[in-house]
Amino acid sequence: MSELGRKNRRLVLRLLAGCVLMFGFGFALVPLYDVFCRVTGLNGKITNTGPVAIEDADISRSVQVQFIGVNNEGMPWEFRPLDTAVRVHPGEMRQTAFFARNPTERRMIAQAIPSVAPAEAARYLHKINCFCFDSQSLEGEEQVEMPVLFVVDKKLPEHIRTLTLSYTLFDITPEAPDGQALASETRRSPL
Amino acid sequence: MESTLGQNLGDTHHAHGPASGIGRWLFTTNHKDIGSLYLWFSLLMFLTGGTMALLIRAELFQPGLQLVQPEFFNQMTTMHGLIMVFGAVMPAFVGLANWMVPMMIGAPDMALPRMNNWSFWILPFAFAMMISTLFMDGGAPNFGWTFYAPLSTTYAPPSVTFFIFAIHMMGISSIMGAINVIATILNLRAPGMTMMKLPLFVWSWLITAFLLIAVMPVLAGVVTMMLMDIHFGTSFFNAAGGGDPVLFQHVFWFFGHPEVYIMILPAFGIISEIIPTFARKRLFGYASMVYAIGSIAILSFLVWAHHMFTVGLPLAGELFFMFATMLIAVPTGVKVFNWVATMFRGSMTFETPMLFALAFVVLFTIGGFSGLMLAIAPADFQYHDTYFVVAHFHYVLVPGAIFSIMAAAYYWLPKWTGHMINERMGKIHFWLSFVGVNITFFPMHFVGLAGMPRRIPDYALQFADFNSVASVGAFIFGLSQLLFVYNVIVCIRGGARATDRVWEGAHGLEWTLPSPAPYHSFSQPPVVK
Repeated sequence: MSELGRKNRRLVLRLLAGCVLMFGFGFALVPLYDVFCRVTGLNGKITNTGPVAIEDADISRSVQVQFIGVNNEGMPWEFRPLDTAVRVHPGEMRQTAFFARNPTERRMIAQAIPSVAPAEAARYLHKINCFCFDSQSLEGEEQVEMPVLFVVDKKLPEHIRTLTLSYTLFDITPEAPDGQALASETRRSPL
Repeated sequence: MESTLGQNLGDTHHAHGPASGIGRWLFTTNHKDIGSLYLWFSLLMFLTGGTMALLIRAELFQPGLQLVQPEFFNQMTTMHGLIMVFGAVMPAFVGLANWMVPMMIGAPDMALPRMNNWSFWILPFAFAMMISTLFMDGGAPNFGWTFYAPLSTTYAPPSVTFFIFAIHMMGISSIMGAINVIATILNLRAPGMTMMKLPLFVWSWLITAFLLIAVMPVLAGVVTMMLMDIHFGTSFFNAAGGGDPVLFQHVFWFFGHPEVYIMILPAFGIISEIIPTFARKRLFGYASMVYAIGSIAILSFLVWAHHMFTVGLPLAGELFFMFATMLIAVPTGVKVFNWVATMFRGSMTFETPMLFALAFVVLFTIGGFSGLMLAIAPADFQYHDTYFVVAHFHYVLVPGAIFSIMAAAYYWLPKWTGHMINERMGKIHFWLSFVGVNITFFPMHFVGLAGMPRRIPDYALQFADFNSVASVGAFIFGLSQLLFVYNVIVCIRGGARATDRVWEGAHGLEWTLPSPAPYHSFSQPPVVK
């Protein structure tokens, strides 16, 4: 191979490697985005799940925690918080619940996706147990109360007096692992 | 170097001229043939996408639904955007690079001629596949050229899969084209042609090619994620499965913003060739032009979220992307300043290519200013997704990119065909285009500021007057492009003989070749002093 041929070959291989690298970078943006959101608390993504060390509550102040339940487009369930707002001391463990009812005739599987506002507060809201950790399956006409157990971190900045925990409920019946048989049924029955 | 160049011409069966028949075009490895193929293909796509634009404007001539259904209207806006970006502007620049880069740097051909053939011939198939979606059940993609998830995943028509593969093929074609341009520029320069002697068109293409290599794979990645979400049950952009639709916008615009510069940097190069020729002065500030292109390219990676000011970015993000975006105005301002300084006290004449170049400088600058307005994050909440945005990007793409391509065609056609263009017809084409483009897009600023959203087939009554004006302008502009086709064909078939130098003030290696440029040029590398 001539000298020019070798030069071309070397350059092309390098440029192709660059392409492969950038293709990988495109996919790397997915976890990077996630990590970025978690570190900064952007997007209201909550990562503080599972058990936390029980500490004494900071009774010198209290914060208002509001709850919102929203159905995603096309989701027919009744879905709402039992308490729209509670007042807690930072460090105090508190339980509340959301009500859900499947008004259709068939079994449906739902997944709740949480979000916290303001985004700055997201990392200070610890969920010890939450119905959003698992998908929820309800037979037709069945209803349920789904608990949330949470603690507001004592390190919550002073200027945050109110925070909002919002859940959006998605219908994942056709996609759920045990929902294969259901997928062939009518996707959306009328209310 | 001399001996290696000899070997590069090893394809001796082509050494005496083009093969005959259709085989010449199918199997050609000649940079001039492939350049012509790219340019013809781009012209065909320009007319196709333009027809769609006229359908859109015809529907918007009056409020209410007259001609098409909203579903079809959405398919038209989507296909118009995709065809113009990937089918018209990008292939036209690649075609110009194929024709001109080897001739400007004293190379006998592109560095990788067979790959060159392949990278062109993928394109007709990719676009045949994409356009065929118009005839499929559920219609063509209807989610806009930016194909935001979940519109393009959960709610997409079934034809979206064909769209995804078409994008993959276009990406592969662009990447191969870019690799070829880089290899040619870095490895095939004539002796003495140092980097800082390269014509600016070559410089702008070198940087564009690196941008292509950096971002086309990201585009391929994002459509692959869509494909997996649609068919393989992943949840990259599906919130129910833990994904995030906003992530789509981040990845898309990480590709999308450098893509904007892919469509304008070669235009900067072309204008920097044409203005010195007709001002009969050397380009003012050559080195600063090179550095300006380089800094625009680097900055283009840091500003993508200015397309997403309204998704709920934190304040720090809004501020960062706002200021980074405004920073781009500095190198762009340097370029405009240099073009004006080149003309200052020059002996200017106003042949057709120069008229297009001058219109480029003025109208592109208007598009740049509306871009600055959009860059102001707090104001963008008002402008976002309105016709103001449509006006902005059409000002930078039509009298920007498209005018530069027209200017380049008129400027180099005598070199390609050996005939001078018909100046009179060229000027008529220019003035009709210039008037048409402004009548079309200037009123869009006003309806946008008044709150008319983009991508709608029907609108509130108060926008009626400006919309009908814009539609009239669109038909003037659209139909006058048929004059361009006529001018090109007339120039190929005959006309006054062009001299080697063609234009009195032209400088550069391509003007030392005979007109028309021989099928094989610079088999012996010239010596550049």
